Amino acid sequence: MIPAISLLLLCQLAGEALVRLLDLPLPGPVAGLVLLALGLVGWRNRPRRAASRQSADGIPKPVHDTAHAILRNLSLLFVPAAVGIVQQADVLVAHGVALVAALVVSTIAAMAVAALTFKLARRLTGSQNDGPQS
Amino acid sequence: MTRVTDIWVYLAEKPLLWLTVTLAAYALADWLSARADRHPLANPVIIAAALVIVALKLSGTDFTSYFEGAQFVHFMLGPATVALAVPLVENLDRVRKAALPILLALFAGSATAIVSAVAVGWALGAPRDLLMSLAPKSVTTPIAMGLAEALGGIPTLTAVLVITTGVFGAMIVTPLMDALQCRDPAARGFAVGLAAHGIGTARAFQVNEVAGAFAGLAMGLNGLATALLMPLLDHLAIW
Repeated sequence: MIPAISLLLLCQLAGEALVRLLDLPLPGPVAGLVLLALGLVGWRNRPRRAASRQSADGIPKPVHDTAHAILRNLSLLFVPAAVGIVQQADVLVAHGVALVAALVVSTIAAMAVAALTFKLARRLTGSQNDGPQS
Repeated sequence: MTRVTDIWVYLAEKPLLWLTVTLAAYALADWLSARADRHPLANPVIIAAALVIVALKLSGTDFTSYFEGAQFVHFMLGPATVALAVPLVENLDRVRKAALPILLALFAGSATAIVSAVAVGWALGAPRDLLMSLAPKSVTTPIAMGLAEALGGIPTLTAVLVITTGVFGAMIVTPLMDALQCRDPAARGFAVGLAAHGIGTARAFQVNEVAGAFAGLAMGLNGLATALLMPLLDHLAIW
């Protein structure tokens, strides 16, 4: 578990450095995500594959377990930022109607457009969905 | 009586108290959400935040003192974002097969999120700095705050709008997708990750692993797409 957490932090650190070095328009952790994804694909496709200590899909088991343990509780990590709403009460009272209306309409519209575009494009390209139904 | 006050003064100065309150509030909120059969309205983020806010008000604690404890939880957002690479790689075959739907849905959804937010705000008379704070509301907090700042918005207001969007998106995704008869977990996950970033992604993981992987992917991609589209729209715009 500790090596896996170190790996996550190392990728984040490398991501932060890379973003500043190349002046990229994205936050360090997202660059870290890309680095870890590339690393895992490289690890999975390496020439001589050891069978032990791996989950079925070729990802080292400690990395798999740690990542999923964190992601199962992803909601927790947004609680401090959500509590921060108390600091913005004034603006929210002054412009509440416009902000809430814009937010509600836009979130529904973006979600519907993304889902329907995805569905339509999938039907046109003939790639069927293969996952379990939720 | 003095002893109790002494203990309170001691605890109020240390990060331990509010870290404990944050975790306990979340544990309770998650239990309630599970009891409610993961009903979309029983969102654990909003329940836990409400519990913490009540505790802050009752004890007369300000946000800065609270955050000294809560920062440890907040910090984990970085490693958690990196961890999204794991389900992404595990579902890489599914992602590859859906490359074209992903790209088309990304640009259609991203442009809709920005333009519709600004259009509605503009129609209701919001000034330019509020419009620029609204435009990146579907994107994960660090990118959204950076974009708002660069284009003349108010970054702290953007942070609140981003969180509110996330909670609202996580609440409506299930009924909305059912109403649109969209049953493909990849499409459902992609839509909620695009429109409602990490909080939407957390909701997607509650429901389905594949939906979670596509939501995390959409969150990262929409961060990029919005960073590219927002300055472009700002050049063309009438406001």
